[in-house]
Amino acid sequence: MTDILDSVLADDAPFHGTVGQPLKRKEDPKLLTGEGKFTDDIVVAGSVQMGFVRSPYAHARIRSIDTSDAAKAPGVVAVFTGADLVGEWAGAMPCAWPVTADMKNPAHYPLAVGTATYCGDAVAVVVAETKAQAADAVAMVVVDYEELSAVVGVKDALSDRVVIHPELGTNQSYVWDLKPDEDKVNAAFASAAHTVKCEYVQQRLIPAAMEPRGVLVVPQPFGGEFVVYSSTQIPHILKVMLGLTVGIPEQKLRVIAPAVGGGFGSKLNVYAEEVLALALARKLRRPVRWTETRTENTQATIHGRGQEQVIELAADAEGKITAVRVQILADMGAYLQLVTPGVPLLGSFLYTGVYAVPAFSFRCTAVFTNLTPTDAYRGAGRPEASYAIERAVDTLAAQIGLDPAEIRRRNFIPADAFPYPSASGLVFDSGNYEPALAKALAHADYDGLRAKQVAEKASKSTIRTGVGISSYFEICGLAPSRALASLNYSAGGWEAATVRVLPTCKVQVISGATPHGQGHETTWSQIVADKLGISPDDIEVLHSDTAISPLGLDTYGSRSLAVGGTAIWIATDKVIAKAKAIAAHQLEAADDDVEFAAGVFSVKGSPDRALPLAAIAFGAFTAHNLPDGMEPNLEAHCTWDPPNFTFPFGTHIAIVEIDTETGRTTLKKYVCVDDCGNQINPLIVQGQIHGGVIQGIAQALFEGVEYDDKGNLLTSTLADYLVPSAADVPSLITDHTVTPSPVNPMGVKGAGEAGTIGSAPAVMNAIVDALRDFGVNDLLMPATPQRVWQAISHSAN
Amino acid sequence: MIPAKFDYVRVDSADAAIAALVEHGDDAKILAGGHSLVPLLKLRLASPAMLIDVGRVKDLSYSRDAGDHMSIGALTRHRDVETSALLAEHVPLLGKVAHHVGDNQVRHRGTIGGSIAHGDPASDLPTAAVALGATLVARGPKGERTISAADFFQGFLTTALAEDELLTEIRVPKTTGAGANYQKFNRRAQDWAIVGVAAFKQDGNIGVALTNMGSTPVRATAVEAALKGGATAAQAAEHAADGTEPSADLNASVEYRKHLARVLTRRALEAAGVA
Repeated sequence: MTDILDSVLADDAPFHGTVGQPLKRKEDPKLLTGEGKFTDDIVVAGSVQMGFVRSPYAHARIRSIDTSDAAKAPGVVAVFTGADLVGEWAGAMPCAWPVTADMKNPAHYPLAVGTATYCGDAVAVVVAETKAQAADAVAMVVVDYEELSAVVGVKDALSDRVVIHPELGTNQSYVWDLKPDEDKVNAAFASAAHTVKCEYVQQRLIPAAMEPRGVLVVPQPFGGEFVVYSSTQIPHILKVMLGLTVGIPEQKLRVIAPAVGGGFGSKLNVYAEEVLALALARKLRRPVRWTETRTENTQATIHGRGQEQVIELAADAEGKITAVRVQILADMGAYLQLVTPGVPLLGSFLYTGVYAVPAFSFRCTAVFTNLTPTDAYRGAGRPEASYAIERAVDTLAAQIGLDPAEIRRRNFIPADAFPYPSASGLVFDSGNYEPALAKALAHADYDGLRAKQVAEKASKSTIRTGVGISSYFEICGLAPSRALASLNYSAGGWEAATVRVLPTCKVQVISGATPHGQGHETTWSQIVADKLGISPDDIEVLHSDTAISPLGLDTYGSRSLAVGGTAIWIATDKVIAKAKAIAAHQLEAADDDVEFAAGVFSVKGSPDRALPLAAIAFGAFTAHNLPDGMEPNLEAHCTWDPPNFTFPFGTHIAIVEIDTETGRTTLKKYVCVDDCGNQINPLIVQGQIHGGVIQGIAQALFEGVEYDDKGNLLTSTLADYLVPSAADVPSLITDHTVTPSPVNPMGVKGAGEAGTIGSAPAVMNAIVDALRDFGVNDLLMPATPQRVWQAISHSAN
Repeated sequence: MIPAKFDYVRVDSADAAIAALVEHGDDAKILAGGHSLVPLLKLRLASPAMLIDVGRVKDLSYSRDAGDHMSIGALTRHRDVETSALLAEHVPLLGKVAHHVGDNQVRHRGTIGGSIAHGDPASDLPTAAVALGATLVARGPKGERTISAADFFQGFLTTALAEDELLTEIRVPKTTGAGANYQKFNRRAQDWAIVGVAAFKQDGNIGVALTNMGSTPVRATAVEAALKGGATAAQAAEHAADGTEPSADLNASVEYRKHLARVLTRRALEAAGVA
């Protein structure tokens, strides 16, 4: 055994810290070479394919469904309608966020029974031996529909002209208020020197993850167990919900999220296809699988956004904002998915922005429509809020005649006011907004741009430059469980971790966070490596399998580092504490006299009395010489429930050129200065910012779900729904400031959604800035060339 | 996203392709680069029973100097059209248009003949063929015939090719040294044109044609006539939408398309050297 120990010790390389270093992602070689397996890559003998018959109508009574021809088609194993499967369900599909006690929530089953309520609503499922056979048989199912009048807009929904779910008696799902002090708000408006009232539309967006959704359920031959592979962000939550919905005891379910190719919130859900795959695997006793087509992705995966907002600002003569009043109409779509009703609430606390606003009032009215259900999409409620306040502040500045940078400076919450008790009731953890603005203005050459604009106007150029600022902040690190309780969310917000030092001083880190592109394996390795004084290469991160990491609440809401990372940090501390006790025992010193640095335990003042971690690890494994009563092995667990949210922030500046003849907007330059607290891996942070910013630019310039007045989806392919590519956006100028969060030991905040939250208002502010001379004060998103041209033409007329 | 069932045959010559067309009649479709047909198959908007793959027919990929015109094999990839020095010298417009087709990967797969035979009015190369007054060579069981580009495009995805004919060659009159420009307006870099304008000027010889301003590529005859009558580029461009019947879609109304046609025509003419 000593030979083994010697070889481990000989392996010891000199220690260099890696936290803060832009390490390349250790997960990438696997993904880039095809070694990483996505759900559709997993081969299971004897598996059958699901294919879905989906309603071509937004609202239709199902008179009859004739499955007889499809059932006889080659390779078809079975065909089921919603009515055929009513006996399979122990419960309806879950909505985990009943935001009010009287929230209306229609029973939602995996296949529609009686009435289809959106285009793409599944009404029957074909199970066949191959994908092609399933697709052919789907075309042979004959559904007799009676088309009904469809509710396509939120205001139409509110009128109850047509009630989508008659059993509810109304299309209104809930009204949720955040009104700490209405008298104060009213008084502020009554005495305001300036007020603005702005209306914005947050168009629906399609998340469009590169890997579509997919599921594979494998029944185990003995014991009634099922292994569920799903392209999901939430294997742990999915396991609980699948058990409750399908009626399978939770301990009989194992959910694995293999390599997952993006989610952006769309895979933070429990979908009909997952529930059906499990029920049909049980019913047919065969492995059942399904992979979404891109058209199904546009119809049957949740949409993001979908809000109509009214925001009013009151301000004093100097432009200091004294109150913010917000009313939003939120489009739930046809049903409530997992967290659909909670999305507007996540944004509600952000409508006062980064500004010291003493009075605040917010109301959300949520309605059903005959459209695809909405739910969380990158930012989930926060981009909407950030957009409203950042656009409205620009409108206020224009009204008063203040520079957009200046009005922001006048209103920033001062750096010395943190932790800042906001008017909404939340306490903002830390912030220092002015340096980020100053840096961004410098990168943009703000004064130079203003001079250029003056010259352009003088030259009568057909090109107009616009500059748009967005000083955003957001709410991350979801979430303190008690805060979630106060918002009526049905689960907690903790995260779990286990750190296990193996006999040869290699380390397993087991996390309940579930990466789907975030680079957790690299980031977690850096954190643990630095604390233990070993190489990140000696760490293996295990995740996304409920048999390996049984406890977890998964990845969404920019929570993984601030919550899951903190759990890992603390579990590592516990490992070190145990190792230190072993070291003290073996070095015959008191615990307090032993110190740990760079992977070596030594006695204070006697550096030659030392043991490396590798020796302790091996000693913990052999258990030959441990303190009395100590359990063998070196591992520790932590479940971390954060004391508060974190509030990252920053300033983005977009510089656009508008071709006033064609209406084309060209994004010439984009500056982002973000502050996500301390950074573990700046390369990964930068990647998150890049992707996020471009998703926000996409909302401003390219993307938008379009329906016709009957609720037919017009943007059902990626030729019609315009996800931009690298060719359509400029290289970003990224920079940062560092304001650590006081609510976790690493001082980290979160970076996954920041870019999306900051960018759309920056771009739209820039476009409006360019067009103010044409009398344009607002434009709908996306600001298509046609919309811009029309706005300019109207001004000319 | 999963095509309906079809049979597939790969042929190694134009004659074999024509024999297969004769055998399978209107159940068959020719597959070349696949960039127009395959999306239609996957959306089940087309469901031919037989695909005849001409992608590996070697003798239809070429660009040759044929005296007063250039001859281009129908299977010449867009990338080869885009980068051919010979074509750049004698038909400057063609490479400039090919440059705007899709992205690099698309241009390495898609073929000039496939694009023209598909007859999509939103595609770029049909417009170039019309602007340049190209002649298209169709080969069938009874031999070859030639069709002018003006007569070839008959409607949306409809051409003068008979069911048993294969487009084999594109003949383009030489416009050596001409000024040439293609204005392609779209929302994303790699999309089809919302409106496109191809123009060349070789001394007094001027050609202008429009992409996506009707059910076929459209020659801007009113613009050409105005220029012959001495109009400036800006004056002539005002006639760009004359007589056109563009459709409306998510990206553009009829009115906006006509406006774009006028603006882009002026820009294309000026870039091609028309004062």
